[in-house]
Amino acid sequence: MNPDYAGLFLALRPEAALVAGALLALALDLSLFRRSRAGVRLGAALWVGALAVLAAGFCAALGARGPAFGGVLMFDTLAVAARIGVLVLTLLTLGAARAAPPGRQPAEYVAMMLFAATGLVLMAAAQQLLLIFLALELASLSLYVISGFDRRRPESAEAALKYFVFGGMASAFLLFGFSLLYGVTGSIDLPQIAAGIAGQGSNPLLLVALVMVLVAFGFKVAAAPFHLWAPDVYQGAPAPSAALVASASKLAGFTLFARLLWVGLGTIHASHEVPWFAPGWFPAVAIVAAASLLLGNFAALAQSSVRRLLAYSAIAHSGALLLGVMAAGRSGLGPLFYYAATYGLATVGAFGAIAAAESGGRCESIADLAGLHRRSPLLAGCLTVFILSLAGIPPLAGFFGKFVVFSAALQGGLSWPLGWLAMLAIALGALALYYYLKVLKQVLVAAPVPGAAPIVVPRATALSLLVAAALLVWFGLNPGQLLGLF
Amino acid sequence: MSGFPILSLLVFAPWAGALALAVLPGLGSRARTILTLAASLTTLALALPLLGSFERAGTGYQFVEQHAWISSLNVTYHLGLDGLSLLLVLLTGLLGPAGLLASQAAGRETRNFGILYLLLQGAALGVFLALDFFHWFIFWELSLIPAYFLIKCWGGPGAGRAAYQFVIYTMGGSAFLLLGFVAIFAATGTLDFVELARLGAGGVLAAKLSALGGFWPKAVFLGVFLGFAVKVPLYPFHTWLPGAYAEAPTGVSMFLTGVLSKMGVYGFLRILWPLFPGPLHDAALPLLWLALGGAVLGAFAAMRQTDLKRMIAYSSVNHLSYCLLALFAVSAATGRPGLPADAAAAALSGTLLQMFNHGLSAAALFYCVGVLEARSGGLRGLGDFGGVRTAAPVFAGLCGIAMFSSLGLPGLNGFVGEFLIFRGVWGLAPWAASVACLGLFATALFLMTFWQRVFHGPRAGAAAGAFADLRGIDIAVLGPLAALMLIFGVLPQILTGIFNPLITAWASHLSLP
Amino acid sequence: MSLLPWCIYLSLAGALLSLAAGRRSAGAARWIALATAAGSWGLTLLAAARFTPGPGMQTLVDIPWIPTMGVRYHLAADGISLTLVVLTGLVATSGVLFSWNIGERTGEFFGLFLALVAGVYGVFLSADVLLLFVFYEVAIVPKYFLIAIWGSTNREYAAMKLALYSFAGSAMVLAGLLWVYAAGGGHSFGFAELAQAAALLPRAQQIVIFGLVFFGFATLAGIFPLHTWAPTGHVAAPTAASMLLAGVVMKLGAYGCLRVALPLSPVGFAFWQTPIAWLALIGIVYAGLVALMREDLKFVIGYSSVSHMGFVLLGLAAADLRAVSGAVLQMFSHGVIAGLLFAVVGRMVYDRTHTRMLSDLRAMPLARLLPFAAVVFVIAGMASMGLPGFSGFPAELSILIGSWTVAPGWVAVAAVGVLVAAAFTLRAIRLSFFGSGEGAASQESGKASDHALQFPPITLAEKAGALLLVGATVLVGLKPDLLLDWINPALQSPLFHAVLKGGAP
Repeated sequence: MNPDYAGLFLALRPEAALVAGALLALALDLSLFRRSRAGVRLGAALWVGALAVLAAGFCAALGARGPAFGGVLMFDTLAVAARIGVLVLTLLTLGAARAAPPGRQPAEYVAMMLFAATGLVLMAAAQQLLLIFLALELASLSLYVISGFDRRRPESAEAALKYFVFGGMASAFLLFGFSLLYGVTGSIDLPQIAAGIAGQGSNPLLLVALVMVLVAFGFKVAAAPFHLWAPDVYQGAPAPSAALVASASKLAGFTLFARLLWVGLGTIHASHEVPWFAPGWFPAVAIVAAASLLLGNFAALAQSSVRRLLAYSAIAHSGALLLGVMAAGRSGLGPLFYYAATYGLATVGAFGAIAAAESGGRCESIADLAGLHRRSPLLAGCLTVFILSLAGIPPLAGFFGKFVVFSAALQGGLSWPLGWLAMLAIALGALALYYYLKVLKQVLVAAPVPGAAPIVVPRATALSLLVAAALLVWFGLNPGQLLGLF
Repeated sequence: MSGFPILSLLVFAPWAGALALAVLPGLGSRARTILTLAASLTTLALALPLLGSFERAGTGYQFVEQHAWISSLNVTYHLGLDGLSLLLVLLTGLLGPAGLLASQAAGRETRNFGILYLLLQGAALGVFLALDFFHWFIFWELSLIPAYFLIKCWGGPGAGRAAYQFVIYTMGGSAFLLLGFVAIFAATGTLDFVELARLGAGGVLAAKLSALGGFWPKAVFLGVFLGFAVKVPLYPFHTWLPGAYAEAPTGVSMFLTGVLSKMGVYGFLRILWPLFPGPLHDAALPLLWLALGGAVLGAFAAMRQTDLKRMIAYSSVNHLSYCLLALFAVSAATGRPGLPADAAAAALSGTLLQMFNHGLSAAALFYCVGVLEARSGGLRGLGDFGGVRTAAPVFAGLCGIAMFSSLGLPGLNGFVGEFLIFRGVWGLAPWAASVACLGLFATALFLMTFWQRVFHGPRAGAAAGAFADLRGIDIAVLGPLAALMLIFGVLPQILTGIFNPLITAWASHLSLP
Repeated sequence: MSLLPWCIYLSLAGALLSLAAGRRSAGAARWIALATAAGSWGLTLLAAARFTPGPGMQTLVDIPWIPTMGVRYHLAADGISLTLVVLTGLVATSGVLFSWNIGERTGEFFGLFLALVAGVYGVFLSADVLLLFVFYEVAIVPKYFLIAIWGSTNREYAAMKLALYSFAGSAMVLAGLLWVYAAGGGHSFGFAELAQAAALLPRAQQIVIFGLVFFGFATLAGIFPLHTWAPTGHVAAPTAASMLLAGVVMKLGAYGCLRVALPLSPVGFAFWQTPIAWLALIGIVYAGLVALMREDLKFVIGYSSVSHMGFVLLGLAAADLRAVSGAVLQMFSHGVIAGLLFAVVGRMVYDRTHTRMLSDLRAMPLARLLPFAAVVFVIAGMASMGLPGFSGFPAELSILIGSWTVAPGWVAVAAVGVLVAAAFTLRAIRLSFFGSGEGAASQESGKASDHALQFPPITLAEKAGALLLVGATVLVGLKPDLLLDWINPALQSPLFHAVLKGGAP
């Protein structure tokens, strides 16, 4: 294999831009803005970060297509779309970060975010086990750091610690699984792995590898029963960090997961017509999906903290996204991408709104959002759009995401277990409206607590929220734009 | 026949009067009274020329108006007049203004009262003239709402409950009536009475309904029957009547007993009998017993009343049961070989005459009780008066005429109808006639008691003090009624001439399909 | 006819404008709302004037929307849609008139109201099932907020119950629809294509699918026993919302049953026909009996709505041409009547007396204090009883005639329902307006007590709204052909051939 480093660099221009941006932000902060006020430092770092992301986005959109560096990277439609999606979400997160200053080290914060974005963007295109692991670790470590960034609150440290411990364990599982895969097939390229394990469905080593990989990814996307870190992280981390974890990380994670399962392990997915317990990853993923849907929805009913509610709803959405992963074999990757991308938009928007709300006062429990329509009509309006999209109300994109995924899942009718899962998801979706409306009730119906002051939203954050809301409406009215890419 | 839509004008003139009253709130009290009375008198004013140009010899419908209306339900706007309808229209024309004057005499008449009363009068006319179930039912049901409010808002202390009972009973019956007609339409595709009568006579209707199987054909007959039975009322569906008639204000009671109850009998004659000759014949025996029950028990119940108004109310049950007795006897005898046609003709003539005459006499009696009530400041018990004859001789005279007419004294109009009924029923079902005599006997008893206790003897009770005789307005009401009672008693052929050919046609075509 | 899609767009635009204008001035928001509602109603009337009835649906807009999924933005209308669209405009306009006195967050109120109206127009005009579903769900969220923010008794609970039931119903519909859609290869959401796809499925599956879709829609129509959200929700809602909810939104469910469920699977329908009819009948009688017992006047009206919708469902269950045409006519008729009833009870009475309990109203001589309201309520009551001369009568007559040919037993039970309706309506009228009007004595003596209770007079807006609705019910009652001429040809469409029977009406 002739390493084509020039080609590799050209292919990885987005990553390069992001890293450069991170380093530049750090440098500027250490030199020019050393003595400036916190607000100015944050602003400068954010500007640099935003420019870097935009540059990365351009490169990704206009950049390489097809395999690169001998098949280590694959820039197919899913990869390019996911990369651009992750970058958009990162940009919006940076906008949200304007409202939630991280305290003492703004430039480091932004830099870590950019590093996380680098890892995520690389994950979306990786097609080789080592690169997958590398990208995953880069992203994860950065995310652990920014989760613990808020030193004023002990919850932040707890969140980071939990995330790190669970994440470390998951990485260990993943590495072990990968080594088993290499052992069985002798290759670390996904397509070759697929060829190598074809027909070896009942190989016990392979099954162990499969389980390990599934556990690791289950953790990554916060699917039950590997979800235990999610509520604490979503609650404890600073809002922009949580936003990034919930949105971009999910999108990249599912992209990677889909690629791994279909490209790498597609030959042992277990045929559609074969009943439940055929060897393969299908039944296992189905069980995980069902567990996530059930646990996420039922637990969310009982929550009184906004962030934990969003966390459990994230678990439920992960379950639905897993349906999209499973259905991709028959219907392609369009539904999965659409759902994940629009879910990401809604989540980043929701956390951005929470970030802004927290800057105006306490925002722990749902009741703290009371009267938001009076305190900040902008926040109330945008949050309504985000919550309704999460609930799956047309004509917002969240509805169509669910629609395309469930349609794909029902392709085989109810003789296929996936069909039953889709029915379960639809039923639970009806249940979910209750807890989403609970939030909206406080936002739009309840009167503000006496003495609650109006919330001032920084322009950058306001812009991010409006862009996110507008995109949700736009992609809701024109789903074909994203679906047509596939 | 196309031409001047006189029947529509007849029906809608009182409603036009009601509308005028509603949209002209600024009218003075005198102008309003005159307007209301004029609107009510339009009926008589239009009915008399009709009487003049009515072709006596014809047995079909005259002055027919028929226009397409609702094509999807095969409904046409169909009005028509035959002998039966003309008789009842004349009755309405007489009693409408009479009841209104009675209310004006009592000082009860306000704008709302006038509107409701005119609505009621128009609805009654519509019932007698409509020949397609759709608008016939509109008029039938629409008569209930003004009646409800008239009773409830201007009636006595128990009026609310009485009115509610009245409406619910009647609506219950109407619900079954509706059910029956739903089935009829489903079977035949038409709601037109003329068309349906033809189908009924030819046995086509029965055949189509029997396609349903089971007890449904009987259920249809029962439904239609119930609708009318409650309205007349036929025993045992009469329990709403005493309360409603007694609690209603005088003018309304007059109209209720005079016109509204005739709507029920009209229904039997116009709808139930022509459409269901077979089932009616099959059920005639039990129905005869019910009619007898109403006649006899009604009269005995009247005997036991001390409230004069309730007494007259029960006597209405009695008198109307005679009409139904005759009809059921005719139906029972139909198809029997050797049916005496003249007996049937007599019975049917009697029924129609009785309807008209009872209307006059019962209305007059209610008015008299109203006078007693007004003069005594609200009392109307049997024992509250005495020797009124001495105090108010004119009143006693006119009331006496009404009373004896109700009793059936020869020379007064009530006799002719009752005589013909008994003659007919005797020829058709002698046993029934014998039992019905008990009713006659009881009627005589209570009316004589009324006469004796109230009018004769020393002046007592409310009559002991000042008891004014009839004023002008009282004479305006009672006078014409009494005069008509005398005239029709001596010259009943004025009335029978209107419907004789019709009756003869009915009697000679009695057959079971 | 091609003007009809503008009803949707105009309503949406009006919603946004109202919302924006409401920040400056409540009055501006009101007038914008009135102009929008009346304008879109005017468009429907204009379309109706030029309408030539025929069996097929006339396409208004047809552009691809999500080509990969086979979803099209396809709007079309036939006689049935036209009837319901005219109803929506009428109830919306009178609803705005009856909400003239809302002073708090006025712009938001009318914004949500008009958004709901836009969703409703969309449902009636959709010819693509997914598009219909989208509009159907769009209508759910404004309903929640209208009740939760401006409602009265127990509003947050009622709003949540209503929203969750509606959403659950639509989840059932989505499940059934996606199943059929996927079975058909995922090419199209047209009515005919889905029916073809469903016809290929085994019988057991068709039964389940039909059950899901029909009962999903029927939940919104208030079928027993899934009806409990309706009285609670309608009672809690502010007047205009109640008018729209009971008057029009419940019809969305019935329309969905007729347009989507019935043609979808005749096999499935044949299985469910009798249970649906019996549930409808139970609804008619049970809801009527409950209405006879309740003390809160608005609850009486709420249950009467469930009872009337039972007639609609009975007509649909009979699947006879005449019965179904009666059902559509009843949808229109009840829409108007429910609007009238809620308007009187909510706006004319409750806003002035601040009580809806019959025991309280009985003590007030309301007939004398609010004569206009009394007359309107009596007229509305008469119409609600199905008294001839008003729109309910030809509708119920048609339903009963059509049902008789299918099963006479149903009609007998329904006749009992008619009687119960008369009883509870009379009771409501009697106790609410004429409670202390016993006997002639009260007519004269009332003058003294008048001074104790003074109510603001009935405003011009209220009178205008009431006259519109009364006029509509009388007009249709005396000349039902106006609507039946649109409805009957529409039922001849090939989509209905497989499932509707009966002679040409």
